[in-house]
Amino acid sequence: MRVPYKWLQQYVDINLSPAELAEKLTMAGLAVEGIEDLSPEFRGVVAGRIKSIAPHPNSDHLVICRVDAGRELQLVTGAPNVYAGQAVAVALDGARLPGGKEIRRATFRGVASEGMLCSAQELGLDVSLISPADREGIITLPPDATPGAGVAEVLGLNDMVLVLELTPNRADCLSIINVAREVAALTGATLHLPETAVPEDQGRITDLATVEIEAPDLCARYVARLVRGVRIAPSPAWLQARLRAAGMRPINNVVDITNFIMLEMGQPLHAFDYDLLQQHCIIVRRAEPGETIKTLDDVERELDPEMLVIADAARPVAVAGVMGGLATEVTPETTSILIESAHFDGASIRRTSRKLGLRSEASTRFERGVNLEGVTLAADRAARLMAELAGGSVARGLIDSYVKQRQPVTILLRPERVNYLLGTEIAPATMKELLERLHLEVIETVEEGARDGNGAGCHRSILRVGIPAYRGDLTQEVDLVEEIARLYGYNNIPVTLPGNITAREKQTPAQRWEEVGRQAAAMAGLTEVVTYSFIGPRALDQLQLPADHPWRRTVQIQNPLREEQSLMRPSLLPGLLEVAARNASRRVLPVAIYEMGRVFIPTDRQLPDEPLRLGGLVMGSSSRGWDWPAGEMDFFYLKGIGENILARVKLTGTAWEATDR
Amino acid sequence: MFPPLEGNGMIVPVDLGWFQEFFKLSSRRGEGFLFCHIGVKKMIETIETIRAAALARVAAAASSEELEALRVQYLGKKGELTAVLRGMGKLPPEERPRMGQLANQVREELEKALLEAKDTLARKEQAGRLRTEAIDVTLPGRPLPRGYRHPLYQALNEIKAIFTGLGFDVAEGPEVESDYYNFEALNLPKEHPARDMQDSFYITEDVLLRTHTSPVQVRVMEARRPEIPIRIIAPGKVYRRDDDATHSPIFHQVEGLLVDKRVTFGELKGTLMAFIKQMFGETVQVRFRPSYFPFTEPSAEVDMSCVMCGGSGCRVCSHTGWLEILGCGMVHPRVLSMSGYDPEEVSGFAFGLGVERVAMLKYGIDDLRLFYENDLRFLRQF
Repeated sequence: MRVPYKWLQQYVDINLSPAELAEKLTMAGLAVEGIEDLSPEFRGVVAGRIKSIAPHPNSDHLVICRVDAGRELQLVTGAPNVYAGQAVAVALDGARLPGGKEIRRATFRGVASEGMLCSAQELGLDVSLISPADREGIITLPPDATPGAGVAEVLGLNDMVLVLELTPNRADCLSIINVAREVAALTGATLHLPETAVPEDQGRITDLATVEIEAPDLCARYVARLVRGVRIAPSPAWLQARLRAAGMRPINNVVDITNFIMLEMGQPLHAFDYDLLQQHCIIVRRAEPGETIKTLDDVERELDPEMLVIADAARPVAVAGVMGGLATEVTPETTSILIESAHFDGASIRRTSRKLGLRSEASTRFERGVNLEGVTLAADRAARLMAELAGGSVARGLIDSYVKQRQPVTILLRPERVNYLLGTEIAPATMKELLERLHLEVIETVEEGARDGNGAGCHRSILRVGIPAYRGDLTQEVDLVEEIARLYGYNNIPVTLPGNITAREKQTPAQRWEEVGRQAAAMAGLTEVVTYSFIGPRALDQLQLPADHPWRRTVQIQNPLREEQSLMRPSLLPGLLEVAARNASRRVLPVAIYEMGRVFIPTDRQLPDEPLRLGGLVMGSSSRGWDWPAGEMDFFYLKGIGENILARVKLTGTAWEATDR
Repeated sequence: MFPPLEGNGMIVPVDLGWFQEFFKLSSRRGEGFLFCHIGVKKMIETIETIRAAALARVAAAASSEELEALRVQYLGKKGELTAVLRGMGKLPPEERPRMGQLANQVREELEKALLEAKDTLARKEQAGRLRTEAIDVTLPGRPLPRGYRHPLYQALNEIKAIFTGLGFDVAEGPEVESDYYNFEALNLPKEHPARDMQDSFYITEDVLLRTHTSPVQVRVMEARRPEIPIRIIAPGKVYRRDDDATHSPIFHQVEGLLVDKRVTFGELKGTLMAFIKQMFGETVQVRFRPSYFPFTEPSAEVDMSCVMCGGSGCRVCSHTGWLEILGCGMVHPRVLSMSGYDPEEVSGFAFGLGVERVAMLKYGIDDLRLFYENDLRFLRQF
């Protein structure tokens, strides 16, 4: 999760540097993987607006633009995507671009240019966050960019981004506001929540659209809002900057608002073109067998009855929680928007997105669980912003199909249980205060507890803790133990050593022998190797094993990374041969190696047998010794190794005999 | 200068004298056939004759040397079949492809027969040699200079020694594991998002290569319940479907588990700090960070001050001064109860550490892949 520092500051007063904040979050369990500095490597580049475009008298691919960049400039450009009224990035005379390139006024085929219109590449910007239409030409700035203003400010580049590596339990922090809550809890700062009051018109949404949930097991709540009379256009600079900083590409005002609110509140939203929804109805249901949908990425997808879809009167219009459909997409012609804010079952979304091979920011959030109580707020805020930024008028009210009500969660917390598990002596009042910093409602009661060993009554304090809906990860007492521990500070918990350490080292005979065997093999002259436990079918062919050889019966991996790693080894030999071959090819000879490890033999039980084996391999010539010449490693080296191992494992009375095998 | 080369349909026996040189034709017997505008039928006959004779002699050959001589005689640069092939140029163009095909067929057939015969003979000869050269196996063996222990197993031995010194036994479990022990009994039901953290190799739908050594925790608790204390470490190979410069699809973990009355997070900290200081030295700083594992709560990642730079920041620690060394936590009450212990009666802690990581930091190895390449020059350094 990318958390732009300035965006975060919108909701919480922070008097820490990004680095200090990162340290605090990391030590509280929201690991900050890195801090990204967005500041650009250019200077002297300002916003401008193209006033007019004239052909170049001596060139058919260059044009002459009159540009208002605080003062009027004449600029020559070869970019194909210029148009009058376009907001552009102008590198002024003396500007420096990434890579040290300096821009000077110059004359192009006899026409003077007082600077340069810049592309995203020339500014060193991430091209994936730029509209595809601008990738072949110059960058188009947001329409509200003030001529003469620095482009770094217009694009919101003077910012830092905290990159959070979130653990799966903290789905709530896939929301900037909830990260702000965490910051507030850690620093004691005040939280400022955004405005969600909605200006409404006279039309009632209930007269204009319907929502029906046919699969209440997979969709607990579906909220719809209607905004009419919107004008689809690029988003203002602040909104585009927020999205880019968070790693999302701005598309148009309506789509950007849905993405913005997903990032801000953690609630994925979808915007349908209301006029394209047949009979203006929404049905949440399982897909019919054989149904298909063309998704926003222009791919026709086959659906099955395990998948949840959003449909209108005639057809599926979205794969619920995963991706919208192309047929009801918001386009430049769209004027009315139906906003979807819903709660879908995580496991179902996970299965569907896996099956379709489609993972999105939305599906990730649904999989991990979104806030059932935040659904209406997100719809309200989206409607408000669409009215504000896209000139729409919001129909009165909202449709709220809330089929599976959230049960309020209250957890009983025994302070002595906290101290028992942590090995601390934290006072109940301190625990209460720590939990309240997380905006949990805590009521302390004192109970006449059970009698202790001496028969005396003792007082026990109990905390009743009300859990807000956005903390779906807090369901039982031990979850609160962890919350207290992390706010108290893991490093403040006193260090002790476990008591009753009694007997020293109780290795089993098998474990002891394993180590004796490894040591004996090394002392006998073999170097220990460790190879992968999987091999390929070719390794068995290379051993020239007949088809009915027992090693041909192997434990097979269904999804190997590659064929040479598709079978669990039935023998150590292929691994040893591979090591010998690799060393020989590097001219590292002689090779004298052993491996001790498990081999895998299929059984008719659920799990295979995994006997431990010792295998050795010797190849090449020995070096000469004090009384023997150098020579090819023959039988007597093998025998030397064998004798040595036998002596070390204290097997006496052995004899060597020739056999025909 | 040329003898008349007429007589369509004739085989002209010639003394090979001067034009043997000229046409580069030869035969071992000093005479041969010169084909020129000669009838196709005759040529086929000749090839057939060569074929039959050659196959018979190959089959009868009794030594590798003899086979080699036959190869030269028929297929060598100056061999009989080669000579016929050379003569092809003299055939009418429309006949050449058919004849070429035939000659090549025979050539391949001969080559194959030679190869097979050679193989069979080699095996026979080796068997013979083994009989005649039988060695006296009772003679004493020859010694080799001592070999080296793999750095992974040296590190593992140190880890084991430290924990056995702290009172832990060594336990083991299977590498091919059931979904139940690898995931479900560890509070990771199907469709749990945390399963994504560990991409697995599957054998069947319900059997996989274990992705961590944690299933041994469950197996040991199930086997020993209701006995306490349990103090075990479980070293072994684990598997994740991941292969790049910093991930190996196979690596080694050591799991640790302590279950007893009144086990605390403070004791977990004490145990792991004792381990890290014994392994890496008394001056190492250790810190505990909140984290998440489905089978422990509270959970923590343990960092130690970077052993390369001492905490001032370097490439190894990504300039943070800290190195993540292990994951740990208090055993989740659900895991305890699923394994047959009452979480109100006993508590426990568990931890897991990567042996590769420990060995890399301990011995200053900067590339994970070196462990599995087994280059002897690398292994001899430890």
